[in-house]
Amino acid sequence: MTRSTIELPVTEDDRRIAGYAAAAIALTVAEAALPSPLPGIKPGLANIIVLVVLLRHGWRDAAWVSLLRVVAGSLVIGQLFAPGFFLALAGSLTSLGVLALAVHLPRCWFGAVTISVLAAFAHIGGQLLLARLWLVPHDGVFYLLPLFATAALVFGALNGLIAAHLLASPAANPVHREYA
Amino acid sequence: MKAGLPDDLRALFNAAWRGGEAVQAWHQALKVGDWLVLLLGSIVVVSSYTLLWRGGVADRAIVKRDGKTIVELSLNSARKVSVAGALGVTVIEVQPGRARVLSDPGPRQYCVQQGWLTRAGAVAICAPSHITLQLSGRDANYDSLNY
Repeated sequence: MTRSTIELPVTEDDRRIAGYAAAAIALTVAEAALPSPLPGIKPGLANIIVLVVLLRHGWRDAAWVSLLRVVAGSLVIGQLFAPGFFLALAGSLTSLGVLALAVHLPRCWFGAVTISVLAAFAHIGGQLLLARLWLVPHDGVFYLLPLFATAALVFGALNGLIAAHLLASPAANPVHREYA
Repeated sequence: MKAGLPDDLRALFNAAWRGGEAVQAWHQALKVGDWLVLLLGSIVVVSSYTLLWRGGVADRAIVKRDGKTIVELSLNSARKVSVAGALGVTVIEVQPGRARVLSDPGPRQYCVQQGWLTRAGAVAICAPSHITLQLSGRDANYDSLNY
């Protein structure tokens, strides 16, 4: 009997993405412990990681981190394939779609805050759309839209500021550090 | 935990937590376009409140006598309608977006003095005439009102 070994080569990309995804999942789990005034209103701290990855390594890596976070994060908190999982997935997919466009905005005019706010609005848009189509087939869900939009603006701006802060630190710009 | 973080992310956290010399102030992280997006976002948020939480917008006036609907009027165009009540003729006036009891033979004229009704769910009751004027809309503020 021949013993067959299946070996999956692990690239440097894989390790990097896995590391970022682990950080995002940790934030998701930590956030799940926070009380929320309304189901669905969360700071979305894991999106800070997605933003940093997007701006440093591009959209492909950001998409991996975002989707890994949704799947593994909901697995950890016991929400896999629960309605909340699909809402998070819908939100992530729409915000990734917007991120793919937003990353092409001129960097000299628009920073991480813009990208974060746009993605946050896309996130609630995707969630509400899925909720309307699937969970609550009634226009009543849009009654909550102002609350979700407020949360998206506030938390999107805060997450963007934190991401901008992280990216502006000297460690993020090794070239500048050499000259300093 | 820290060993699991990618090197560059750990370096970012370390530098940011230390609040190092070269770390910029919060407001410097915002570019012109960012302010613009924040402004637009605020406008979207505020208008979503005013659009969705304005309370029901009335679109129809319903006139009833003894609980039975006599006539339903659209609030799109101005017109006056005379309705036969218990005491005589009650005149209902409709203008775009609002309606009122213009005249009523009742002794105390409460429903006339109530003036224009604009919101969905609002009711003017001319009790002596057994006539009620009620506005209804897509989503009324109240299911019912009791006096």
